[in-house]
Amino acid sequence: MEKQRKGIEVSLAIAEAVGQADCDVISAYPITPQTHIVEHLSEMVADGHLDAEFVPVESEHSAMSVCCGAAAVGARTFTSTSSQGLALMAEIFFIASAMRLPVVMALANRSLSAPLSIWNDHTDTMMVRDGGWIHVFVENGQESYDHVFWAFRVGEDPAVRLPVAINLDGFIMTHMIEPIQFEDDGLVKRYLPEYHMEKPLHPDIPLSMGCFGMPEIYTEAQMAREHALVSSYATCLRAWEEWAALTGRAYRPIETYRTEDAEYAIVTMGSLGETAMAAVDELREEGEKVGVVRIRLWRPFPFEDLYRAVEGMKALIVLDRAISFGGPGGPVALELRSALYRRAEAPAIVNYVAGLAGRDVSVEDFKAIILEGRAKAERGETAGFTLYGLRG
Amino acid sequence: MAKPMDEIKWQELEIGAAVSETGNSREYKTGTWRSLRPVVDPQGCIRCGVCWIFCPDAAIGRSEEGHFQADLDYCKGCGICARECPAGCISMAEEEH
Repeated sequence: MEKQRKGIEVSLAIAEAVGQADCDVISAYPITPQTHIVEHLSEMVADGHLDAEFVPVESEHSAMSVCCGAAAVGARTFTSTSSQGLALMAEIFFIASAMRLPVVMALANRSLSAPLSIWNDHTDTMMVRDGGWIHVFVENGQESYDHVFWAFRVGEDPAVRLPVAINLDGFIMTHMIEPIQFEDDGLVKRYLPEYHMEKPLHPDIPLSMGCFGMPEIYTEAQMAREHALVSSYATCLRAWEEWAALTGRAYRPIETYRTEDAEYAIVTMGSLGETAMAAVDELREEGEKVGVVRIRLWRPFPFEDLYRAVEGMKALIVLDRAISFGGPGGPVALELRSALYRRAEAPAIVNYVAGLAGRDVSVEDFKAIILEGRAKAERGETAGFTLYGLRG
Repeated sequence: MAKPMDEIKWQELEIGAAVSETGNSREYKTGTWRSLRPVVDPQGCIRCGVCWIFCPDAAIGRSEEGHFQADLDYCKGCGICARECPAGCISMAEEEH
């Protein structure tokens, strides 16, 4: 019998998932567009529906500090933020991964000030790209709900022990009401067992976390961190496979759409991938051999999956939602250019930055970007980036 | 310490570079930072312990005779003891490492 889907705001579905995951400690400070997630969690705890500590704090810096403290004693820990909140959190954000504390964060992506904006792009998450967390990008409400369980499962795995950021586009996803398939608690428990942390802080067992690191040891500590993040890839895959076996919903580090015979592709990350697919459907009808490559796993970066996804293609048109000011393009394009550099038959890369601070990117915009991008690739105009729709 | 810090391989670190061994800050001899060394004139020392109270590194101990002396393994040579000594019996001498 097919299970009923439920129409619910994506933020609330995420909060419900955190509840189903039997989270122990939640600490957060409200910020648009993340607010509904933590408001709902606060209600769930206050109404007795979730047996967890909800720690209200005076800033995001404190929210992440509380999460680190809770995770250090082995609690299942969740937070959520956006934009300026993430910026204020940044100091402790890096410490969470360095101390290998598997905090899970729903990061409702929003542009950074200034000018002040509450709308969606990826400038906030790119600020902490190198923060040592696992970063996954989800594209709709169902993926958001599913990835709460996945994030706890991967982060808490003894072989991983890393914090996980679930990146979801602010408003475009947080404030949408979508049909979402809820799983029953029994299935969630099978997928996500109780968390038992190895070597937590405990009064009976002396342990110091976050100690001073002399030059003699800092390099080794960074290598251990890098190794943990790179090798978490295998656990990411296994956790997706097991979720697919239980629910029928399968995820991959790099998702492709209509790329089998594609000569070129548009590369996206986040919710705009769905618009890109609609644009590609229309271009296919017009005879264009074009597909979509969507990056789901941003850190650890899935190099081999990327190579397989773009094999044989002539050009990639990479859509970025952030600028690396003064650099050669958007962060996603930089990543792809570096990953593909000097590989035999690598596709040309043309970079567009669009959809900053919630500016709409329609199907027609995507079609224009794809066709103009392909023409640029054919002309060899692959340096730098283009700000799509810029006036002046 | 089980192993000197500069011999530990990255695979040998505790998860998150945590430290599970207690008291190992003793292994770290901060005395090598010192450029000036406190020299106590035992004749002048009134055994009041003001230097012991003021030392920010808890690097001052007491001899069998009851005089206060810096442990040069840890003394960073800040000179606070010399400044605070009411008997004026501590002077700072150039360290020749």
